[in-house]
Amino acid sequence: MEKAKKEYMLIDGMPVEINGEKNLLELIRKTGIKMPTFCYHTELSIYGACRMCMVENKWGGLDAACSTIPKAGMEIRTNTERLRKYRKNILELLLANHCRDCTVCVNNGKCKLQALAAQFHIMNVRFPNTASTPVIDDSSACIVKDTSKCILCGDCVRVCNEIQNVGAIDFAHRGSKMTISTAFNIPLAQSPCVGCGQCAAACPTGAITIKSNVSEVWKALDDKDTKTTVQVAPAVRVALGKELGLREGEDAMGRIVAALHKMGFDEVFDTSTGADLTVLEETDELLGRLADDKAPLPLFTSCCPAWIQYCENNYPELMPHVSSCRSPMEMFAAILHEESKNSAKKHYHVAVMPCTAKKFEAKRDELKLDGKDPVDAVITTQELIRMIKEIGIAFEDLEPEAPDAPYAGHSGSAVIFGVSGGVTEAVLRRISPDKTRTGLNAIAYQGIRGLEGAKYTEVEYEGRTLKIAVVSGLKNASDLIERIRAGEHFDIVEVMACPGGCINGGGQPFITSEYKQLRSDGLYSADKLCSVKRSEENHLTAILYDGILRDKTHELLHVKYDRK
Amino acid sequence: MADNFDYTVVDSIVDELGAAESSIIAILQAVQEHYRYLPREIFPHIAKRIGVSEVRIYSVATFYENFSLEPKGKFVIKVCDGTACHVRKSIPILERLRSELGLSAEKSTTDDLGFTVETVSCLGACGLAPVITVNDKVYPAMTPDKASELIKSLKEEV
Amino acid sequence: MYFNNREELQKAREIYKAALGLETKKILVCAGTGCVSSGSLDIYAKLKAILEEKGIVCSVELQEEPHGESVGIKRSGCHGFCEMGPLVRIEPQGWLYVKVKESDCEEIIEKTIIGGEHIARLAYQKGGELCEKQDEIPFYKKQTRIVLDHCGHIDATSIKEYLAIGGYSAVEKALFEMDGDEIVNVITESNLRGRGGGGFPAGRKWSQVRRQKEPQKYIVCNGDEGDPGAFMDRSIMEGDPHRLLAGMMIAGIACGASEGYIYVRAEYPMAVSRLRDAIAQAEECGLLGDNILGSDFSFRIHINRGAGAFVCGEGSALTASIEGKRGMPRVKPPRTVEHGLFDKPTVLNNVETYANVPLIINRGAEWYKSIGPDNSPGTKAFALTGNINNTGLIEVPMGTTLREVIFDIGGGMRDGGTFKAVQIGGPSGGCLVTPHLDIPLDFDSLKSAGAMIGSGGLVVMDDKTCMVEVARFFMNFTQNESCGKCVPCREGTKRMLEILERIVAGEGQEGDIELLLELADTISATALCGLGKTAPMPVVSTIKNFREEYEAHIRDKKCPAGACQKLKAITIDPELCKGCSKCARQCPVNAISGKIKEPFVIDSAKCIKCGACVSACPFHAIKEG
Repeated sequence: MEKAKKEYMLIDGMPVEINGEKNLLELIRKTGIKMPTFCYHTELSIYGACRMCMVENKWGGLDAACSTIPKAGMEIRTNTERLRKYRKNILELLLANHCRDCTVCVNNGKCKLQALAAQFHIMNVRFPNTASTPVIDDSSACIVKDTSKCILCGDCVRVCNEIQNVGAIDFAHRGSKMTISTAFNIPLAQSPCVGCGQCAAACPTGAITIKSNVSEVWKALDDKDTKTTVQVAPAVRVALGKELGLREGEDAMGRIVAALHKMGFDEVFDTSTGADLTVLEETDELLGRLADDKAPLPLFTSCCPAWIQYCENNYPELMPHVSSCRSPMEMFAAILHEESKNSAKKHYHVAVMPCTAKKFEAKRDELKLDGKDPVDAVITTQELIRMIKEIGIAFEDLEPEAPDAPYAGHSGSAVIFGVSGGVTEAVLRRISPDKTRTGLNAIAYQGIRGLEGAKYTEVEYEGRTLKIAVVSGLKNASDLIERIRAGEHFDIVEVMACPGGCINGGGQPFITSEYKQLRSDGLYSADKLCSVKRSEENHLTAILYDGILRDKTHELLHVKYDRK
Repeated sequence: MADNFDYTVVDSIVDELGAAESSIIAILQAVQEHYRYLPREIFPHIAKRIGVSEVRIYSVATFYENFSLEPKGKFVIKVCDGTACHVRKSIPILERLRSELGLSAEKSTTDDLGFTVETVSCLGACGLAPVITVNDKVYPAMTPDKASELIKSLKEEV
Repeated sequence: MYFNNREELQKAREIYKAALGLETKKILVCAGTGCVSSGSLDIYAKLKAILEEKGIVCSVELQEEPHGESVGIKRSGCHGFCEMGPLVRIEPQGWLYVKVKESDCEEIIEKTIIGGEHIARLAYQKGGELCEKQDEIPFYKKQTRIVLDHCGHIDATSIKEYLAIGGYSAVEKALFEMDGDEIVNVITESNLRGRGGGGFPAGRKWSQVRRQKEPQKYIVCNGDEGDPGAFMDRSIMEGDPHRLLAGMMIAGIACGASEGYIYVRAEYPMAVSRLRDAIAQAEECGLLGDNILGSDFSFRIHINRGAGAFVCGEGSALTASIEGKRGMPRVKPPRTVEHGLFDKPTVLNNVETYANVPLIINRGAEWYKSIGPDNSPGTKAFALTGNINNTGLIEVPMGTTLREVIFDIGGGMRDGGTFKAVQIGGPSGGCLVTPHLDIPLDFDSLKSAGAMIGSGGLVVMDDKTCMVEVARFFMNFTQNESCGKCVPCREGTKRMLEILERIVAGEGQEGDIELLLELADTISATALCGLGKTAPMPVVSTIKNFREEYEAHIRDKKCPAGACQKLKAITIDPELCKGCSKCARQCPVNAISGKIKEPFVIDSAKCIKCGACVSACPFHAIKEG
């Protein structure tokens, strides 16, 4: 093969090789310069509205780096007197129309506007402050929207429409009256919002944030008469390290357990135990459907609450296809509920999740047991980080601890639930007759790992070929559903609302795509470290089925969603 | 959803113009011509027919000046404030109309839905400046006094 | 009537030509928006009724088999002299009657049509001089009407009449005598530059689209003439719609496109209906549709009505709007010629540009280049408005000077005012002042003078016009019309307007001018689209030419033109005041007091300068200034 000729351009006088980067911004970033931008996201369409990433070309003209294609021979400068002045002016214009009480903002320290204002040393705004008083919509269980802090970068709109195809929010009105709004500005809770939180993750300011349940958790922890238990979802362990002094993607489960103990939780568990139950129940359900000609196929997974709500909103006729399994969080919470329901002491159960939609799930009526929500409060990874910081725990110095008995123990299959393709891989491990290491490897290379939004595979099972689709990002889900409606057949469809799965959940610290890979790697290595690889080999599940779950499997582990 | 809205008109408009994204503006224009504003009920309905989100339709409708989400008056008076009209004193005409009808920049329609007064950036009748239109009929070379006269005669028709 | 091939079309054209020749006398009643609103349609109906009543053979529509000579009674397109409307043109004499009333109709038929006499009373008069013929009127004398030549002279609603005067012959030529490359070459060679503002060579655009491999391409016409104070394109769409269709079809032949879209402002209902009728007529004749005139060229034209957004005049916003989206411009690349409407290669030109095309195809590039300067050949239509005597739509060769336009065609300043400035190119343009009066009007000369042709609005301002207020007016316009997408335009124009509003209200501060210029520089350099980039132009150019006026507002709290309401001082002349108290009763804020029959006084602290007292005073004792 003929070797392609290398192409170069000059960035700030330095020759830089062009390697198929789709825009100048990507190339500039590779040279180690952090171009300021509010509206550029690798996974979204180019919007080009913030005008922060302007660069100067050799003729003195200005181009937005995000929307300029690098070409051989191009010469640009990223930092000139003019550019600095323009960037400062743009920041000043944004700040003039923005609440500047940073110290009392929920996004204090995480806000991009705040960071860039500091970076560009904006010490004075020459215009009257026309920021409106807060315009807050806290109707949703998952997120809070404050229009007054919006800088109209449109990231949330593009996430909600391009990636998630949810269509809850869009631009409304125009010019200086433009806002981000639901249809007719109805409360988010009444809109098609599914609570995935991807908008909050993308928001550079405090305009869309995660609804916090931290204070009620503190309150419960402070109550001497309450037994507090907590479960931690698989994806949490690889996502909080970076903000607490560890490497991105580093498995911090041991330290998380230690920190939760330090906070005063009586018992700390791993949601992975619930995930093992999910694998067993869902596999049984699948096999049952495969054996029944009339049973609806494909079987859609049910772990992701945002997906459930999306399906209810848009494809109610497909709900019978969705697995009746409760999510791992709810399965595990049901066990704890069953165990403690007759105890004299009040039980308060917290779930630490990578997910904002879990906050909504926890409040769903269909999941109530004995009239009570099995999960009392859901806090996201970001809220956990806040709690750890709030009480001053030196996280990196913590001595790792193990989860508490009797529910300690999970398989590697359960841990990979946190990444797209994980649920499918766990089910395949379960149904594969080949229980060898080679068999495991074969499944791993089946094409269901990786961060692509849609993955497909086929496996042989008892003389038939099972067609499997794994999608993440709800736009990918709806595209797949259109194909299914058009007649294409699948047996199993795994859907995770967040692109890449829970590692990239709306409740996680926001990351760029390279970090997503690190988190994913982190979970797969956690799987490697588990001596038990398959859910059915987790002895704890057998104990549960013989004990607490005896005759109660259906009641505690399944649900029928029935939204009015 | 309990809903007594009669969708026959909207449906026939969508059928005629095509249930496609590119027809959204034309559909809204036709609906507005029929109802003289865009009733809220039509949004989810059109969204469903076209296969887009309701907020998408709302987003388009609020972008363009000509769409109104509020019912308009029987007489829609547009005062041209294009350059030519502005230079020839269109603002006093606007102020007169508003004061006669008890309207303002924020409140553009009278409570009895008789009149709506709004400005328009240019009607392209600059040679006759200043102009106003009443339900698209052009009234050339206006003055505040002529505007008062006009209101008087229109009021008899309300 | 359906033309299966070129021969059938040519045959029909001869028939219509003969029929047109039999209309030995003609009454053309202007049916442009301006004259219609002055009542021209009633006049048309009246004239027709009188003719019929008198048993005079008249023809409204050309007949295939005419019975003999007749009087043609037609509704024509806009003559451009709207101020003098309703206009009635009499042929073959070429007389123009102005400000015609219904009561004049009887006389027109009796004297002029039957008697062949001119009615002096209805002719245009200026300074005692009477102009019988339309061409003699100074307003028309210095014009060169090639694009607007049909406007006012033919029945705007009839394809037959358009065919009779040779219409669609350029389409024929392009279709049967030229290939796509030849067409593009002629257009390139003619150096026709886009009339929408930027002046980008149309031929280059066409050849780029022609080169694209994608089979689906679009021809889009920008008829979203949003520039307040401009109505050239409206007149073409209303007065000569078939010429526009022909221009677009030729672009379609040249570029290999089979679909065209015309995006028309919502404020132009008559243009929409004329275009719709014209398209229906052309379809009926087989001039639009499949296999036009038996060739393998198929072409359809759709009309999209705007919904009220100035920004849709910007190319990518316009295509977004046709796609049913919010009209927000997008970043480029990709360019419209590669990924335009529905993401397909698209030729986007404005109405006037397309209207030039049939002429160039028929008469050749050399002819076209013989008009106007080398770098900007052809003519340009301008909408002439403001404080001058003759306002209206004009067409002059590129390179005509402002002085000729304002003082010869426009008849100089009205009401004895003195020329102060002319705003050219609307909210995206700049102002030109006395030293610029002799620069030629063409793309490049204007650009170097810090202005732009824009879509061609010319607003002439006299010494009573405050330039700070003018800048505020335009900034208010762009601010209202900003789509809101990019930060510099959305937030920056808001701040510029805020500062200008302060200045005209007498609350300007030292440093305001510098801050305005700094913001202007940032917006021009960084805004996403052309509209944003040019939004500060009126401010920059008024500061450049009238800095002292800004300074007077800021430092002395005075408006030198005496136009800014809040900076006016209103005083009562005690010599003239008779103490009648009328002013005090009119004052909405009780700022005037005094004893009856003694001079009243105004408390300037309370006065809101509304001017109510000035008009209330029967003795002209109250002075503003």
